[in-house]
Amino acid sequence: MNRIDQTFASLKQQNKTAMMPYLTVGDPDIRTTVDIILELESAGADIIELGVPYSDPLADGPVIQRASERALKNKVTIRTAMETARLARDRGSQLPFILFTYYNPVLQTGLDTFFEEVVRHDISGLIIPDLPLEECEQIRSLAHTAGIHLIPLVAPTSHERIASIVSEATGLVYCVSSLGVTGERTDFYSGVDNFLETVKRYSKVPIVIGFGISSQEQVARFSKICDGVVVGSAIVRQVESNIPLLEKEDTRQQGLLQIREFVAQLIG
Amino acid sequence: MTQLPDRNGRFGVFGGRFVPETLMNALIELEQEYNRFSEDPAFKEEIAYLLKQYSGRETPLYYAERLSQHLGKAKIYLKREDLNHTGAHKINNAIAQGVLAKRMGKGKVIAETGAGQHGVATATVAALLGLECKVFMGEEDTKRQQLNVFRMKMLGAEVIPVTSGSRTLKDAGNEALRYWVSNVEDTFYVLGSAVGPHPYPMMVRNFQRIIGDETRKQILEMEGRLPNTILAPIGGGSNAIGMFYPFLEDKEVGLIGVEAAGKGVDTDFHAATMSKGTQGVFQGSMSYLLQDEFGQVQEAHSISAGLDYPGVGPEHSYLKDIERVKYVPITDQEALDALQLLCRTEGIIPALESAHAVAQAVKMASEWTENDIVVINLSGRGDKDVESIMAYTGGKTE
Repeated sequence: MNRIDQTFASLKQQNKTAMMPYLTVGDPDIRTTVDIILELESAGADIIELGVPYSDPLADGPVIQRASERALKNKVTIRTAMETARLARDRGSQLPFILFTYYNPVLQTGLDTFFEEVVRHDISGLIIPDLPLEECEQIRSLAHTAGIHLIPLVAPTSHERIASIVSEATGLVYCVSSLGVTGERTDFYSGVDNFLETVKRYSKVPIVIGFGISSQEQVARFSKICDGVVVGSAIVRQVESNIPLLEKEDTRQQGLLQIREFVAQLIG
Repeated sequence: MTQLPDRNGRFGVFGGRFVPETLMNALIELEQEYNRFSEDPAFKEEIAYLLKQYSGRETPLYYAERLSQHLGKAKIYLKREDLNHTGAHKINNAIAQGVLAKRMGKGKVIAETGAGQHGVATATVAALLGLECKVFMGEEDTKRQQLNVFRMKMLGAEVIPVTSGSRTLKDAGNEALRYWVSNVEDTFYVLGSAVGPHPYPMMVRNFQRIIGDETRKQILEMEGRLPNTILAPIGGGSNAIGMFYPFLEDKEVGLIGVEAAGKGVDTDFHAATMSKGTQGVFQGSMSYLLQDEFGQVQEAHSISAGLDYPGVGPEHSYLKDIERVKYVPITDQEALDALQLLCRTEGIIPALESAHAVAQAVKMASEWTENDIVVINLSGRGDKDVESIMAYTGGKTE
């Protein structure tokens, strides 16, 4: 059974919502990403999204753009990003990993090789933000064969597309909270509750919300209507502001602790 | 060949719509509205009227006698897109997309720009049609092209310097798309080249094909036959596809796209997407692309800001693969030499982009005979480049 399905099944029994932090892999370096994954797990995270740094991150706001640039300076690639999942697993992490990557790095890896690596590194799901329904047929069939969930995004502007996007979904459906790119925000799409209700009506799998969620109040608000909440930029910003601590051996633990506490607070 | 793209926006394997889901309905709506208005005589008339009375079309097809004599035997014609209002072919597309935006009821337009030509064209059309306009421009380019920044501001547009990535055209395109994702409900994205997600490559081609349609009619009037060779510069490829498209089925007409080799295709400083690129997805479509083995997009380099782009329009990639169009590289230095040559022989200062096509004519001239007729698409004028040419040559004019 796919780890994502296991996680949602057990959360449902406990009547809980999934906390899904996003990290840009290799920001500031691979070793720290692995350490942060383990800290977030002990803080109560349920699923980790691993962001592959990319030169042209169209769907991302400034915080994740900067993280991407830092990771690319460290020569982090889609390969090293996938290996990071394995490194965390080898150090005892039990969480499902979702790889968040733009399509071009996948394409250049070669689709067959890519799926071999995904399976080999125990990654359970994929989010490819620039691969809409119309372009994803081949990937979806390869993912299905490999037992990997290709997680679709639905947006408030999807309207009549919602039914066809959601009905094909396995694992979970990722609902975009707002019009726009990733990044903390105080206001969401004005019709966001109706939008989530619509998605829920069509979906046979759990629905999660992401883009812009950054506070405990927001997490609590959406936990009532969604099965999971993704927090990205807010955590990446925590990583960014703790880089000076993380880079020195004697203050490293302190930096990791700050990030862990931020996520623990979000969960409340 | 001229029936493409298919209903998924594909030219063979190239093209498509690789964008965030948030934009998909906007692209579908744009395609539907474009198709609907394309059939509407009033829409076509409005564009035709503005192209004629406002931009000054048709542009001349000029026999460059002194250049022809200088280079040898062939008769060389220049398609004078530089004589358009705002100084380049970019206005053809900006007028048409502006009219479309207005008819779709969108009061706000955005655009990306490299050298500033498309930004100026969009700002101009926005002023003309009473639309609110924001132009995204890489911070590097705002420094290289200060005059165009000021021009856009004079025309009432807001210029937004882009500080992400390499701070050039590709990043301006990324930022325009990001802005569009956030404001898709009331904003029309006036995309400046034959790139991006479907329907843009098709739409921009159709709005630029007037270049080739006029050329065809003009050369038949003047020479009674089609040219042997047509040369056009190519960055994203909008002037080239506009010129080539009406000639695609004329197998006897050789079509050559001239891309920027910067400091040389074997250096790290070029924009030779066709010569050195590989297939990939960039800014919404599958095409050739300058990238590393892990799929990270590489920075391009060219003295010409309009060719300084690591991607290329998907239809060009298709035309390369089926070998209907040949794509060749020209270096910064070759382009500068050709620019000087055209100044001295014809009294025309071409844009650096267009000078690349002139340079290819210089290169090929010895192969041509007195029976050859050649057309060069002179896509824009060089006024905007005078400062960067001065900087490059240290002010020397020899």
